[in-house]
Amino acid sequence: MNIVVLVKQVPDTEGDRKLNTSDYTVDRAAVDPVINYIDEFAIEEGLLLKEAHGGEVTILTVGPERATESIRKALSMGADKAVHVSDEALHGSDAIATAKAIAKTLGGIEWDVVIAGSEATDARGAVLPALLAEVLGAPQLTQARKVTIDGSTVTIERVTDTGYEKVEGSTPAVISVVEKINDPRYPSFKGIMAAKSKPVEVKSLGDIGLDAGEVGLDNAWSQVTSFENAPPREAGQTVKDEGDGGSKIADFLASKKLI
Amino acid sequence: MSEVLVLVDSLDGKVKKPTLELLTAARQLGEPSAVVVGAPGTAAGLKDQLAEYGAAKVYVAESDEIAGFSVAPKAQALAAVVEQASPAAVLISSSGENKEIAARLALKIESGLLYDAVGFDGDANVTQSIFGAAITVQSKVSKGTPIITVRPNSFAPEASTGAGEEVAVSVTLSDADKAAKIVDTVVEEKGSRPQLSDASVVVSGGRGIGNADNFSVIENLADTLGAAVGASRAVVDAGWVPHTMQVGQTGVTVSPQLYIAVGISGAIQHRAGMQTSKTIVAINKDPEAPIFELADFGVVGDLFQVAPQLADEITKRKG
Ligand SMILES: Cc1cc2nc3c(=O)[nH]c(=O)nc-3n(C[C@H](O)[C@H](O)[C@H](O)COP(=O)(O)OP(=O)(O)OC[C@H]3O[C@@H](n4cnc5c(N)ncnc54)[C@H](O)[C@@H]3O)c2cc1C
Ligand SMILES: Nc1ncnc2c1ncn2[C@@H]1O[C@H](COP(=O)(O)O)[C@@H](O)[C@H]1O
Repeated sequence: MNIVVLVKQVPDTEGDRKLNTSDYTVDRAAVDPVINYIDEFAIEEGLLLKEAHGGEVTILTVGPERATESIRKALSMGADKAVHVSDEALHGSDAIATAKAIAKTLGGIEWDVVIAGSEATDARGAVLPALLAEVLGAPQLTQARKVTIDGSTVTIERVTDTGYEKVEGSTPAVISVVEKINDPRYPSFKGIMAAKSKPVEVKSLGDIGLDAGEVGLDNAWSQVTSFENAPPREAGQTVKDEGDGGSKIADFLASKKLI
Repeated sequence: MSEVLVLVDSLDGKVKKPTLELLTAARQLGEPSAVVVGAPGTAAGLKDQLAEYGAAKVYVAESDEIAGFSVAPKAQALAAVVEQASPAAVLISSSGENKEIAARLALKIESGLLYDAVGFDGDANVTQSIFGAAITVQSKVSKGTPIITVRPNSFAPEASTGAGEEVAVSVTLSDADKAAKIVDTVVEEKGSRPQLSDASVVVSGGRGIGNADNFSVIENLADTLGAAVGASRAVVDAGWVPHTMQVGQTGVTVSPQLYIAVGISGAIQHRAGMQTSKTIVAINKDPEAPIFELADFGVVGDLFQVAPQLADEITKRKG
């Protein structure tokens, strides 16, 4: 089975993330980049499916040159190879354009399932897997806490507010997984060494056959028009409990008409 | 005046509060119309409430087929209504599934999508809060019909009578819309408490509660306030509560009127999911806990003393 895992590089949440003042895109130099946290679960799920069904795991990333660092990490966890779509013209693309670029790239790869994380920590869109399924006309099997594959049938447990739905579709299918679906492995020393020589194919827009007029900041279907740093939340009053802490909170809530 | 479409969320035959918020907010942009998509019989019980909150029309797209497949049919139904109504905007409340519906709709009607708005004005200029509420962004859709998903609790619902005229919508689903079949729906836990993602009051417990049994301290306090119950990741990782209750960067984002953090230190990943709450109250025995930096009111003390006392006080004052 040919498994493609979508990996996004994002600025580390622990850092002081910023937007560029020139064009309002994410300032990728301000904070060290990392693999989007939930994508590690997507990689692990890809590796588990390979172990169960055979085949290959290909990492697919759309992002700037520096994303190679994240790609190497994914390879060191055990993925076989990677495709890195990198082109100046992609700068400032919205999720819709990114979905189109990923769909075009998949057109040049043999694949049965593509696995994404459910949500990225930068914009917290959680929309890319659905967009990709729509562009491809493939089954959308997203927000999975469990994935089972039997022949060409993929069944997932899709997380809902009150439990889960069992959703089923045939390959080729788009899957997204939630945190906790598995326990992502750490790269071993051997894995890290092996990753250095695994193939990473870098592709431009021309290579994947997507028109530059469909991507990038100027062609996005929505625009950021301004931004400001939110004033930090001001700490209010903190009191030490002298045996009346509970009623003090009740007084506060009453003063705010919250009770 | 142009129409503004609001996708209706319902639970147990009742319109959910975020939908009423959107019907209210939609009036800034034009005349609100509600869109009900689901199994046959869904709209009947909702129509009156939708009219009470200003829906001029109630578009109804109902079929077993729509209800039997995941996400795509709902987007297709909305696309059919957009074609019929040429609305000024489509408003959808931000939830996991709704954001996916909005995404697919954007491609179907070739329109820009803005998600997780916390506000917007009469020209559909949208405010979003990003990077754990550190930055406030203004955005605008530049192509097609603006599709905006809005975080629950961003607007206060206000009644205002609308005609509530029912308009049936017929929807043709493509094979691609029927590619993901729902074969079973399993309800695992469904207490009487409100849902975390859109509750107006949330009480969350952290590692400070010590063990699973003690979590009843959090639940008792929540019940006196009619609140939803949340938790930090430490509590989820310990297996004391399910992952669906996790508030934070890799859990649910909440933005309630009141958030009470009990025995939670306030790590950045937790704050990312609750920092836009209108009022924050914290109970923690460590005066240095970062949660106090954002609390409007904090008590340094033992949660096993303070939380039950608070619950008693609230019950007493409610009379
Ligand atoms: C990639 C990533 C994603 C993450 N995503 C999330 C997320 O979505 N949500 C989330 O919550 N966390 C998340 N975390 C974890 C986060 O960093 C913290 O570890 C977690 O929030 C800590 O939970 P806590 O506050 O309950 O526990 P602790 O940090 O251990 O705090 C417990 C607090 O309880 C207090 N306490 C103890 N006993 C008492 C008592 N008797 N009375 C009063 N106070 C008491 C202590 O003083 C302490 O401040 C994530 C971490 C990573 C690395
Ligand atoms: N530029 C990208 N390259 C590869 N995968 C991506 C990219 N953007 C998003 N994804 C995938 O889509 C998931 C959801 O992303 P998002 O919709 O941005 O929250 C991520 O967890 C990734 O798996």
